[in-house]
Amino acid sequence: MKTISELTARVAAGQITSEKLTEECLLKIGEYDEKLNAFITVTMDEALAQARAADKEIAAGRRIGPLHGIPISLKDLIDQKGVRTSAGSLVRKTHVATADAVVTRRLREAGAVFVGKTNLHEFAFGTTNEDSGFGPARNPHNLDRSPGGSSGGSAAAVASGMCLGTVGTDTGGSIRIPAACCGIVGLKPEWGHISASGVVPLSRQLDHVGPLAASVADAWLLYNAMQPPSDQIGDALEPAPLKGLRLGVLSGYFFDRLDADVERGVIEALGRLLQGGAVATEVTVPHANDMAAIYLHLVFGDAAEYHARTLATRPQDYTKPVRLRLEMARYVLAEDYIRALRGKALIAREIDRALDGVDALILPSLAIPAPPIGAVTMPVKGGPDQVRTLMLRCSQPFNLSGHPAISIPCGRTKDGLPIGLQLVGHKGRTPALVQAALAAEAAIAS
Amino acid sequence: MTIAEWLAAAKADAEKRGLPELIPMLDGLAQATERLRAADWNDNPDKDTPVDEDHQ
Repeated sequence: MKTISELTARVAAGQITSEKLTEECLLKIGEYDEKLNAFITVTMDEALAQARAADKEIAAGRRIGPLHGIPISLKDLIDQKGVRTSAGSLVRKTHVATADAVVTRRLREAGAVFVGKTNLHEFAFGTTNEDSGFGPARNPHNLDRSPGGSSGGSAAAVASGMCLGTVGTDTGGSIRIPAACCGIVGLKPEWGHISASGVVPLSRQLDHVGPLAASVADAWLLYNAMQPPSDQIGDALEPAPLKGLRLGVLSGYFFDRLDADVERGVIEALGRLLQGGAVATEVTVPHANDMAAIYLHLVFGDAAEYHARTLATRPQDYTKPVRLRLEMARYVLAEDYIRALRGKALIAREIDRALDGVDALILPSLAIPAPPIGAVTMPVKGGPDQVRTLMLRCSQPFNLSGHPAISIPCGRTKDGLPIGLQLVGHKGRTPALVQAALAAEAAIAS
Repeated sequence: MTIAEWLAAAKADAEKRGLPELIPMLDGLAQATERLRAADWNDNPDKDTPVDEDHQ
């Protein structure tokens, strides 16, 4: 995969134009997207106009920064002025955004070129991108497999070179799950740090907005540009020294129900880090077994409130599976929602404690490889389990807690499907997490 | 409301609204709610009020 880091240097040096890069992405969309269905809307004319404008500015010595002229996409949950925001649903098939979301505006100000809006699991309410009003997206590594979700189209678009980076959202894992499924990097920032204003919500207390990209360095460039301007720092981060990097290996629940190849791949990757001088300690989250129930009651309560009106007035415009789950969500009682809120606060404290004395937590991003489209269960250690449960298992804890978390590729299964390794950092220290991820990425690749 | 009472009411409501596919799904939600209610952090008015160790 080509990276932003490599291509931006060539754009700055005048070796390649933004127009050329954008045309290449648009050609790949034309070539691959009929099979991958990664895009809901392609904004070809706007992208080429932006690219030509970028080339003029750069040639005149007014290059803004590393994203100037770089073609990226936006998950179709994120508003882009003048372009439809469908949320992957026929409920919004004609809805055109009247203003940019805050992240869109920041990326536009950084000079990025927007090639289109990517497919997703309808209203972000799922982990496979199978249920979309615009048809399922598919995994570039195997067309019979899910690209993960809900930001499945985003991940498929980056993995196949149809764009150089993308912005997704993550409520239970929807950046990290598709990143792991498609063999790319996905960064879920700390909750609340990247604005979700102008982004269709699923559960505002659990929603996060963040980048997916071909490398950790690229994810950082996108994340940095999306930050509030007062928080933006130098474009390149140095990797943390691997020697002495303190890793907390989340044991028990997080390794209990894994696909055999995923477990092997994650343990091998951890072994590489230890060979490079990292130090590992086993840590636990005492109430880990309660996390799925906590998450379910919160996301259901929040989604039920948001969708109440349209479920009543136009239920037929939802995909059947998403409609049924939203209808089920309406039965959550207030007293159970309150119980779940208390559980959320407890999990956040336990993850803070797990991070005491370590630089980052380490665990699989996803318990299974990308599942076949339509699969209901998958085989894992201890017996088969529901796909939805397995997809969320390793990622949803950090939506509950709000800690920053990143998925990086760490090898393939016997069938050639990507495996993801997840690092989780301290609140307030996302740059340190990214530096640890840079070190891990280099060690795994070596 | 006990979970059994809630489940019976929810299933009856789903049936009444013409959503029979919801009925087996509600069993899954009931299991998750049982888990949530059984958790040891829940309030218990006839037991000690736990001290939050993060508070001084």
